[in-house]
Parts: sequence; C-alpha cells; structure tokens
Amino acid sequence: MSSWLDKIMPSMIRSDSAQKSVVPEGLWKKCPRCDAVLYRPELEKNLDVCPKCQYHHRIGARRRIDLFLDPDDRLEISAELEPVDRLKFKDSKRYRDRLVSNQKATGEKDALVVFSGKVQSVPVVVTAFEFNFLGGSMGAVVGEKFVRAANVSIKENVPLVCFSASGGARMQEALASLMQMAKTAAALERMKQKGIPFISVLTDPVFGGVSASLAMLGDLNVAEPGALIGFAGPRVIEQTVREKLPDGFQRSEFLLEHGVVDMIVHRSELRPRIASILAKLCGLPQPAADSPTAILPEA
Amino acid sequence: MNAYYLDFEQPIVELEAKIEELRLVGNSSDLNINEEINRLKSKCVSLTESIYADLSSWDIARVARHPKRPYTLDYIQHIFTDFDELHGDRLYADDASIVGGIARLDDRPVMVIGHQKGRSVQEKVKRNFGMPKPEGYRKACRLMEMAERFRLPIISLIDTPGAYPGIGAEERGQSEAIARNLAVMSRLRTPIISTIIGEGGSGGALAIGVCDILYMLQYSTYAVISPEGCASILWKSAEYAEQAAEAMGITAPRLESLGFVERVINEPLGGAHRNHELACANLKVALRDGLERLQKLSLDELVEERYQRLTSFDRFF
Repeated sequence: MSSWLDKIMPSMIRSDSAQKSVVPEGLWKKCPRCDAVLYRPELEKNLDVCPKCQYHHRIGARRRIDLFLDPDDRLEISAELEPVDRLKFKDSKRYRDRLVSNQKATGEKDALVVFSGKVQSVPVVVTAFEFNFLGGSMGAVVGEKFVRAANVSIKENVPLVCFSASGGARMQEALASLMQMAKTAAALERMKQKGIPFISVLTDPVFGGVSASLAMLGDLNVAEPGALIGFAGPRVIEQTVREKLPDGFQRSEFLLEHGVVDMIVHRSELRPRIASILAKLCGLPQPAADSPTAILPEA
Repeated sequence: MNAYYLDFEQPIVELEAKIEELRLVGNSSDLNINEEINRLKSKCVSLTESIYADLSSWDIARVARHPKRPYTLDYIQHIFTDFDELHGDRLYADDASIVGGIARLDDRPVMVIGHQKGRSVQEKVKRNFGMPKPEGYRKACRLMEMAERFRLPIISLIDTPGAYPGIGAEERGQSEAIARNLAVMSRLRTPIISTIIGEGGSGGALAIGVCDILYMLQYSTYAVISPEGCASILWKSAEYAEQAAEAMGITAPRLESLGFVERVINEPLGGAHRNHELACANLKVALRDGLERLQKLSLDELVEERYQRLTSFDRFF
C-alpha cells in the first residue's frame, strides 16, 4: 500500500525524531568545564561525559533510565499523571503556560519518570528527575509518582533507585509542593521499615526541597562526580554570610568528605556498581558484568 | 508603650496614644473625660476591626513577623506548667533557635518543641533569628524520639523564616537533618500536633511540622518559600513580594480552604501581639481538643491516619 500518505508519514516522523537529537543543539557542544569543543555523537557514546576532563554533562530522565536499565522487561509506571494548576498561579507568566511550554520542550508531562525493570538482571524500580522540566522541581505529580514508585517497590519487594536532579520544590504549587517533602519521606520510611533498599543517586544539581527529603534518605547516597548538591543555593549562602565560599563547596567530593554521601561513582560505573550493591542487599548472587562493548566508554 | 508598629497599625496606635493622653490629663472623677475615653475606646475597637478585616496576604505576612508577637517560650509559659528545657543534639551543639523540653498541659505530660526568635539584639543573635542549623533539627529529632519512648504527645510550635543558609549548616548536612526529621515524624508512635504561630518558612518549618493535626493562628503564614524569595526568583525582584504572597496563598484561611490546615485559631483583635494571654488561651483550648481527639485512636490507627494524611497531599489525583 504505497499511497501518498506512506510517502509523507515516515518522513514526518523521521524529521521529528531528528529534530530532537540534532537540530536544536547542533552537532558540536562546548564542555562548560574545560571548554573543549566536543563532537556530539561521540560525547553521547561516552555517556555525555567529557572525554577530556571527565565533566559529567546533565542528561535527561529517559536517557538516564535507558542507560541504567537492562533493555528487556521495562515498564513505565504512572505515565498518565498530569499536573493541575490548582492555585491558578501567575507570576510574570501563567503556571499553566509554563507547564505547556515545558511539556512541549521535554516531551514529559512533569519532572519525574518512573520505570520498573532490571539492572544486570536485578529487579528494580527506578525514578529519574527531568531537570529540563521546570528545573526538575517537585510538585504534586513528582511527589505522587515517587510514592507510587515506592509502593510498587514495596508490593513487589524490589529495591528503589532514584536519580535526582532538581532545583527543589515547585514554587508555583506553593504549599502543596512543600508537602511533597513530607509525603515522599513518609513513603521511604515505610520502605525502610520493610527492609527494602533505596539507593539515592544525586546528579548535578540537587537542592532545596528535593535535597531535604527523598534525595538524602537513601540507604546509600551515591553522587556523580562534581555534582552540585546542597540545601541552600551557593548564591543565597554567599549573600547571607558575606564571605567567600570554600573551594569545591557543595560539590560531590565536598559531601563525601563531610559524610553526606557514601561514594562517588563515575557515570560509566553506575550500572554495574549499583547492580552489585543491590544484589548484596537483596541476598542475590553477584550479577554478571555487561559485555565491555555495551556501554563502557573508551579507556 | 511600644515603639514598633506596622504602617497599617498607625491609626490604631495614634488613637491609643490619644486615649492614654486623655487618661493622664483627666481627673478620674471627670465624667466628660471618662465618656470621651469610652467613646474613643469603642472607636478604637471598630477601627481595628475594620483594618484587620481587610488585610492583604502581604500585610498578614508582616503581622506574622511582628516583633511583639508571642514566641514559643511565651506560649510555653502561658499554656504549659512544669517545663524542663532540654538542650543539645548529643552530636555537635545546642541550637538555641529551637527550644524543646518536657512539660505538662493541664495534668498531661507532653513534649513541647518550637522555633524561638529573640527580642533584644543579643537574643536575636543567640537565637539566630529563629533560623535553625542541622543541630537544631537533630535536637528536635532526639526529643521527639524520646517522646515516643515515654509516650508523650508532641506539641510543636512553628515560627521560622526558614533553615539557616550558612556554610557550616551545609557542611553538617542541613538537607539530611531536615529529611530525617520528616521521615522519623511520619512514623512516630505518639500523637503530634503542630501549630504555625508566626512564620512557617519552608523546609525549616516542616522539619518540626509533620503531624496528625495542623493548626494555624489566624495571622500566621505557611509557605514553601518566603514571599521575597519567591518574588526574586519568579519575578526577578524581591519588590514583588506582595504579589508573590498573594499568588502562593500563604494565609491561614486560604490554606484551610485548600485542605492543608485542620483549624484556624482566632487571634485577639488586632493580632496576637496585642494580647499574649488571650492568644495563648485560645491555643490552649485547641491543643486540649486536639489531644483528646488523637488519644482516642490506637497507636496503629494514629500512624496509619497520619500516613494517609501525608500521602494524600495534594488530593486532586
């Protein structure tokens, strides 16, 4: 059936997907740390870690989950939840309009994506924040999806992993967003009482209400190298204390030194490391390693 | 008597000064002056009523921060008896911006915990303007877990601009301290009643505010960020605080209508700062009611109801 429609449709779809990965960003990307100009396909092959200076570029929620989970048995959870502008909030723009433009730009309904699946054959529920959606801010949908993820973990007795990347609570949802802190913490406490592991992976950046709730409540807190993590933002602190902040303040390495995170793990090592840890916590045998060609960057 | 008043309070203050003047000048046997004083007094009441009937969210935010407003230690003094203050987090320090200890409400032993601001300059500094550091939250956590062990209901009084944004606070894990309190409070097997008595500032407020019953005083506020903070981020200037206060819905009646608050506790005419005793008496009645209700539940029911309450925010799904 080679009608005119067939000729048009695939090209539309193709141009759509091509637009996402190539057109808006260009083929080249400058590393914000070392200023190296990087060829995007190569950067992507390297898990968006700068091959020159190891700077971990921010990556989206779906890509994060895609890199983490085994290809088989993936199932998205509560994809249908959509935000509601209960307060009819308006600042310089309407919240409703901000939602629509962020939904268009990211293809997500809100800032959290949840999947169940396996990591090196260890069953897991995984959640990831989409930082490009209103700064990964936590409103009612993020809180609800997170709790549903925790509930699936409890029901199926499988561990939960969260990749956080968030500026904090979503101001446009006002007090409801603050309450998500209590809500997510309560759900994690339930998991803890049932002895189900929760691994919190902090990626650049994690602040405010997300940092001061779910992201710090891991049985293990793991950070990617160089991520900026804290409660108050560095600018606010600088204005308050009126002194220069110490070098490396609020970076992952600073947090490790101060006892806030258990370990810093390179993006290329996250998958095997977490699989291995979860297997130990769940009493499973050591998972088989990925074949080296699968995702590891060149040495 | 007090040098500090908000701009919209000025007509009230002027009228009160006039009454005071008349009283000083007049001979108490002078009938005319007494009549005039009484007339002015009732005028003062109706003036206060009309001004306070029409406050914007931003006005209320300023009443909530009024430096003459009763603070936690004032409430403790008027509502409870036999208060033993307990100090320190056993880990690092004692944070004076959170006070806590065991006391009695009527005959019932309870654990009271609250943010404390200062009145004099020295005390403000000592109390860090009511902005806790991690050790404050960890002290609160220690006291709350102790309350659970000894079956003491927890009464928390919230009045903070927010957690302190400082270098040391970050080094000692501000986020973790707050997060842990949220988690612990969600499961404590003892009743928890929280009341916003002034400013309910963000995570710093919530860190002692996870509860079975949430009260707000009539002119208190509760928000995810201060109006100034919200304005400087979303409007790019703190000057839009008034709009931000309105948009976020930070006042007690508004939050009650949105389902976050169980009860709004009336304040004396013109705000709690005008009559500490009456403000405390009103809260005492509400705390008694609340405890009575919660103590009818078994501990299993209590914790399950709290969990349902916490996880049902926001309720539109």
